[in-house]
Formats: sequence, C-alpha cells, structure tokens
Amino acid sequence: MFNKVTDLLRESLRSKELDKYLELFPNNMGSSGYDPWGFNIKGIENTFYLGKLLYENFFRVEAYGLENIPKEGRVLIVPNHSGQLPLDGVLTGYALLTNPYAPRIPKAMVEKFFPTVPFVGNWLNSVGSVVGDPYNCEKLLEKEEAILVFPEGVRGSGKLFKDRYKLQRFGNGFMHLAMKHDTPIVPVGIVGCEESIISFADIKPLAKFLGVPYFPLALPIILPTKVYIHFGKPLHFENDIYNEREVKTRVNIIKDEIKQLIELGLSKRKSIF
Amino acid sequence: MESNKKKIMVTGAAGALAQKVINRLKRDYKVIAVDFRTKIDLGIPVESYKVDFNKRIFEDVFRDHQFDGVIHLGRISASESNRFTRYNANVMGTKKLLDLCKKYNVPRVLVLSTYFVYGASPFNPSLLDEKTPIKAADLTMDLVDSVELDNLANIYMYKYPELNITILRPCNVAGPGVKNTFSKLLASRAAPVLWGFSPLMQFIHIDDMRDAICLAFEKNVSGLYNVAPADYIGFQDAVRQSNCRFVQIPSIPLALTETISKLMKWETLPPFLLNFYRYPVIIDGSLFSNTFGFKPKKSLEDIFNYYKEVK
Repeated sequence: MFNKVTDLLRESLRSKELDKYLELFPNNMGSSGYDPWGFNIKGIENTFYLGKLLYENFFRVEAYGLENIPKEGRVLIVPNHSGQLPLDGVLTGYALLTNPYAPRIPKAMVEKFFPTVPFVGNWLNSVGSVVGDPYNCEKLLEKEEAILVFPEGVRGSGKLFKDRYKLQRFGNGFMHLAMKHDTPIVPVGIVGCEESIISFADIKPLAKFLGVPYFPLALPIILPTKVYIHFGKPLHFENDIYNEREVKTRVNIIKDEIKQLIELGLSKRKSIF
Repeated sequence: MESNKKKIMVTGAAGALAQKVINRLKRDYKVIAVDFRTKIDLGIPVESYKVDFNKRIFEDVFRDHQFDGVIHLGRISASESNRFTRYNANVMGTKKLLDLCKKYNVPRVLVLSTYFVYGASPFNPSLLDEKTPIKAADLTMDLVDSVELDNLANIYMYKYPELNITILRPCNVAGPGVKNTFSKLLASRAAPVLWGFSPLMQFIHIDDMRDAICLAFEKNVSGLYNVAPADYIGFQDAVRQSNCRFVQIPSIPLALTETISKLMKWETLPPFLLNFYRYPVIIDGSLFSNTFGFKPKKSLEDIFNYYKEVK
C-alpha cells in the first residue's frame, strides 16, 4: 500500500522535462538501475522537481558560462562552498543537468559524515553524491564522469555570515587528481548561497557531541536569495611537478579564478533578493 | 579409470556450496569430502569424513590420500558457535590444514574468504579492490576470525608459492540451500531493515559461485580475488523484490539499535553485522572476471525470484 502511494506520488511529480535530459545519457547502470555508487534514475526522478522549484522559483538562479562545460569526458567542476546545507551543490548540479549546451549528471564529492545520517545518506547517493574519498574520485574519472568538488570542504559550508565570500583554505587533493588523471578543471563562482542561511556562530561542543562537523547557531529559515553561478573556462595542468609547494601554487591559481568569478557575480547582483 | 583421476579434498561438505562444488567436480576428480560438523553421505564415489581439523587424526586423511588439490570452503558461522570456538575452528583449523598441505606437497589450494573482511564503514569508497586494507576487525570483534583466516591464507600464499593458493572473497552468496545471514533474511517473510538505510549490495547466485570456484581451481592462477558481478541493488529494494515484509528497526541512536538486535536475537539481524545494514561494501570483481573469463549467468532478478517463490 505504502509503495503504491509513493509510486503514485512519484509519477504525479515526475517532470516530463526530465525525460529529454535522461534520454541523452547512456544506460550504463546495473539491472536494477543502480551504478556502483548508489546513483539511480529513480533518485533523480524523485528529486528533479524539488531541484527545479529551488532553482527556478526559490533562488531564481542565473547561470553563465555553461558552454565551458565539456560535452563529454572527465572534468572536475570546482566551486566555492557556503550555506550550512549543500544547497550550492544542488543548484550547481541542476545547472549542469539542464545545461542546454551539454547536459551532464555530475557526481558530487560529499563529507564523510553524510552516509551516517538516516535517509540523507541514501538520498544523496541516489542523486549522484559519493563519499569524498580520492579513491572514489579516481574511479569516477576513469569512467569519464563530471565531478563536483568543493575543496573548502566543511571549512566552507560551515563558515559564518561574517566570513561570507572569504574563500577558506583549499585542500590540494583535487589538483593532484586533475594532474594525475589529465583532467580539466572548471572553476565556478557562486553568489547568493552565502546569505541563504545566516549563521552567527558554530556551537562546537554540541557538534562534537552529535558527531557532526559543525552546529550552526543560525536563523531557522532559508532565505530566498537570488543566486548567480558563473562557470569559468576549463584549465589544464600537466603532471610535471614534484612537491606540495608547487601544487599549492596551482591550487591558488584556481582559487584566484573562483575569486574573480565571485566578483563577477557580486557586480551583477543589484540586491540580495 | 577411477584410479587415474586426480584426488582432491573439499572441506565444509555439509554446506550447500561445497555440495554443489563436489557434484560439479566428482566426474573429473576423486573427491574426498570433509566436514567438522557432520559426516555427509554424498553417495558413491565421494568418500566422506567428519573430522576436527585441530585433532591429530586429521593428518590421517592426508596420509591416506595423496591430494592433488584442496578446496577449503568449511567455516563455522557466527550463528553456529561462539567467538572462541569459531576462532579455533576457522583460524587455527585453517592453519593446520595449510600446514598439512605444505607437509604433503599439495600443489593446489583454494581458500574461500568473504567480502565481510573489508568491513562496513561509512567512509568506504565504492569498488573496493583487492589492495584495499581490510577493516572488519577494527569495526567488530566478531569478524576477527574471518579477517585472520584471510590474512593467514595470504601469508601462506606468499610464503609457500608451491601451494599455488587462490583466495576468493565473494560478495553475498545467495540462492537455494544458502544459509548465510542475508540469504536467511531474504528467505524470511519479515525482514528487518534499519530505518532510513538501504545500503547498496551485491549478490552472486550459488550456482555462479560454484562455477567461479571450479574455474579458479582448475585454471590455477594463484592470487587474491574479489568475486562479484558488476551489478548492484539497494538493500531495501532487494528485500522488496524478494517479497519480504519490512520490519523497520530504529537506526538512531546506535545503542538502541544494538540493544534491539541483542534482545531479539534474530538470526537475520546479528549485532556484529549491523553496519552491513547501514553502509555499502561494494567490491570490484573485475580482476577475477578478467583473469578467469568469468561472467555470472544468473541475474539479480533470478536470485530474488527464487526467494519470492520459496515463500
């Protein structure tokens, strides 16, 4: 009975628009519709409508530079991170899925804590998220996937309102993977998500007690800010350096590109809403 | 004619998988069936022994037969005994077996391990290959015997290359006669699932696993191999497709789930496997498939249809 109700609900919410995107993807899933990371078409079908509402109606996203996303083959898409919840990931993912130039279903590298949360872990996997582990990333690149990586990690998503648009420290891992696997990096600047959930403080003892990366003292609402996403030109880096200082220099090149794309978004915006 | 056949020992003869392997190989080999639980009558021409590997009399089996190969499938499962007995039988027993293989110059040994040795951790990436560190012992003491058995077989494989040891780590073996935890669960009318968790899983049909064992034994390429099809399904979908009724168990806090599991004493929800009901352990079986040209014949649908029909 429960299954029949959920199937009926799913069918009524299923967007006909989604079909035209799904038709473009090769069917390389297993017999039950899953790939090895738990992604499945049902997951996208269930979530597409919510993504559309968030993207088109709630955050009224304007996306630029989508023509920079390679039509096929491996690519690392690297945005700034913010907003307490991974709304920036959802919006960027939706932009990539509905990209009129080259729709792609990206795989997003997420915090290792998410799989421990009931429902959330499975839901994230079903829409294409995978545990942020270099081994996962390598396997996905070998399968020529588009991967969404937030090198700021929880330092970015958990940052406070006073630190908005201040890029946090970037990990070097994504650059190592890009060099080793001959993968272009597309930098992305997102403006608007940093004000969507306003956090004043991180209650660290509570976060530690609950086993979560941070616990924000935040307004208990998501504000309908207007969001701008700028995709930069793909950058290639040869696998020709041998120490972390030089890797960090290249990471900073990406960081500077993202800063410029954020500036571009901020200059376009007339109001937060 | 019978005397010209190569002679092999198959352990765990009381189990469904071993019996399928014996039935497949008995035409081409003289099979000696061994089990430490019970003496199995497999009919002529299979000779059968009930023997404890840790007793001296076990050596008589090697003295009486010059084996050309040993297929070690015998294992006491967690539901059959306590941790101490299991360690003695599974780990010390396997050591005794491998020492006797060395002493009596057995040129071919196949050891069955399990994907459980990787451990179900929330941090597991997908498609774990054979080089991935095995973490099960860190997550639960009840899998220590499985991890130690696997380690022991690996040590012997490198230390005594003349034994030509092949170690197989299969995903969930399922189908007729299989009595492991997840097979019992899918065969039951009411299956426990943890609220909000449906980890991705892999299943291999018992007939395909038999084929994999026979193929690996006969092709004789020593090494460590995962055995799993490149096909995946969410646990709750598997339960649904097997026509089981869901018994939702609270998944948080962890202590509550553990308490329920301990109090209920369900064979289908043992406390030491709780993490396997939460987190996926997806293994990469491509090395085995490519090395041995193995492709499972039975689909996931075949497997779940079987469980649907037995209800």
